[in-house]
Amino acid sequence: MSGLLDVSAVAKNFSGLRAVADVSFSVQSGEIFAVIGPNGAGKTTLFNMIAGVFAPDAGEIIFDGARIDGMTPDAVCRRGIGRTFQLVRPFPALTVEENVMVGALLRRSDLAAALRRAHEVLWRLDLFDKRAQPASALTLPDRKRLEVARALATEPKLLLLDEVMAGLRPTETDRMVEILRRINKETGLTILLIEHVMRAVMSLASRVLVLHHGAAIAEGTPEIVVREPAVVQSYLGAEAV
Amino acid sequence: MTARLLHGVPRHALVMLAILFAALVFAPLYANDYLLTTLIVILYFAYTGQAWNILMGFAGQLSLGHALYVGLGAYAAAALYVHFGAGPWLGMPVAILISVACGAVIGFLAFRFGVAGVYFAILTIAFAEFARIGFDHFTFVGGSAGLFLPVANYARNDLWLLRGAPAMFYYVILAFTVFGFVLCHALLRSRLGYYWQAIREDEEAARSLGINTFRYKMIAIVISAAMTAPAGVFYAFYYNNLFPEQTFFILRSIEIILGPIIGGIGTLFGPIIGAFLISGLAEVLQELLTWFGFDPPGAKRVFYGLCLLVVVMVLPHGIWPPLARLLRLDGARGKANGTPGS
Repeated sequence: MSGLLDVSAVAKNFSGLRAVADVSFSVQSGEIFAVIGPNGAGKTTLFNMIAGVFAPDAGEIIFDGARIDGMTPDAVCRRGIGRTFQLVRPFPALTVEENVMVGALLRRSDLAAALRRAHEVLWRLDLFDKRAQPASALTLPDRKRLEVARALATEPKLLLLDEVMAGLRPTETDRMVEILRRINKETGLTILLIEHVMRAVMSLASRVLVLHHGAAIAEGTPEIVVREPAVVQSYLGAEAV
Repeated sequence: MTARLLHGVPRHALVMLAILFAALVFAPLYANDYLLTTLIVILYFAYTGQAWNILMGFAGQLSLGHALYVGLGAYAAAALYVHFGAGPWLGMPVAILISVACGAVIGFLAFRFGVAGVYFAILTIAFAEFARIGFDHFTFVGGSAGLFLPVANYARNDLWLLRGAPAMFYYVILAFTVFGFVLCHALLRSRLGYYWQAIREDEEAARSLGINTFRYKMIAIVISAAMTAPAGVFYAFYYNNLFPEQTFFILRSIEIILGPIIGGIGTLFGPIIGAFLISGLAEVLQELLTWFGFDPPGAKRVFYGLCLLVVVMVLPHGIWPPLARLLRLDGARGKANGTPGS
């Protein structure tokens, strides 16, 4: 295994409760990789270990040739991993472009250059027209895209998306899928998404990892994974039939 | 540098700023000593409010103990003068250094160990109280009996030793205030300023964007403490006496933060407008009451309380934001945006 991101045998317990156990996978440069699983499967725990929110109890995470497990979230970001939050966290009092500019300032200290970078990103995310609004005035779909824009502005090699489709209507989901697909195609950005919305996973991901009770139960292309009996039984249940 | 500072500021705002500045610069020509001393108090609070605003308004960390930095600055400069004959401008770097060291200790304890919000505020109060009690027993600087600076005659102004008439003190504090304003303006429009605002708005989101929040919060408290200390030096040489019970008293800290709260936390003009309103109107009220023939004790405090009440209920973001909209001074945000790649 030597992808852009190699997760090997990571485990995490919360006061004795097993959240993630012995999960390994590898994300190749340029692909869109999805982690799915029912509620409580350990997806967010896995996500947080990669993003540096907390360190795994066991195992290691190697990103771009260096171990990142145990690093702080800001250090992880500086190494080239951008993330979004499942419950969006914009900087409410700042304008949309200022929000994105804060991200862009990571790689450049000049405000004008950061603003230019912010505008480019906002353009991609269909938010350019709303750049002067305070972030607090945005609707949820717009805030979700603002999260992505802000993370993109840090110029990550890997973008981590934590249920970025949650709470979106189908048309909004399709719009987000389209935007992400275009960014992946045009810039070669690697994307790791944790997702509930199968519609998005099926049309975006090249490979899928399925978690259940903190363990990986299947991995492969979306078409194959959704036919695995273990997956159907544990997760998709009646929905898939 | 100047062009950069002025970038994006609407022209009529510059005109208003120039008029205000001129009115302040020429104040000693038309103001009597009473008005001048009132203006000194106002500018003192505008300056200290500005310094406090860096930590709270920009970086979102509530300090309720800024009297500590004033007091340390005051005592450091006064002690150097009384014991070693070193003038205030020589004492200033020492005062700043001591304040910064103390701010850095508080910041380290708080930010390293995740003391935030109300608990951070309590920590700042605690340190100011430590100082108050400690200085009561610190006989080198007079202990509870106080430290007194020799008062020279007012025959001529000695700027080097800060001895002279109110007009001289007025210009000193005016220079401080202008400097503080320009500094804060520059800080707010730098990467540092944006990182502070990001931390203030959502610390976890800020971290996810690669911001080392510990480092930037440390920078905020250090700059805020450094900027507050000179106000202490001024205080010592203006009032010529220092008592721990007064200098480090929590009410001194509260007075510093009233201006920015009423004027608008996190804004550049908030601390200035707030200081004018709080200290200025309080004086006017006092005068009016005396003129009408009664002098109820504590009228000023009641006035402070009413101001706070009205602002918190009616204008939760302070007076400046709505005032700026009224004067059409908030356009800079919406207009200064170019097109992508421009």
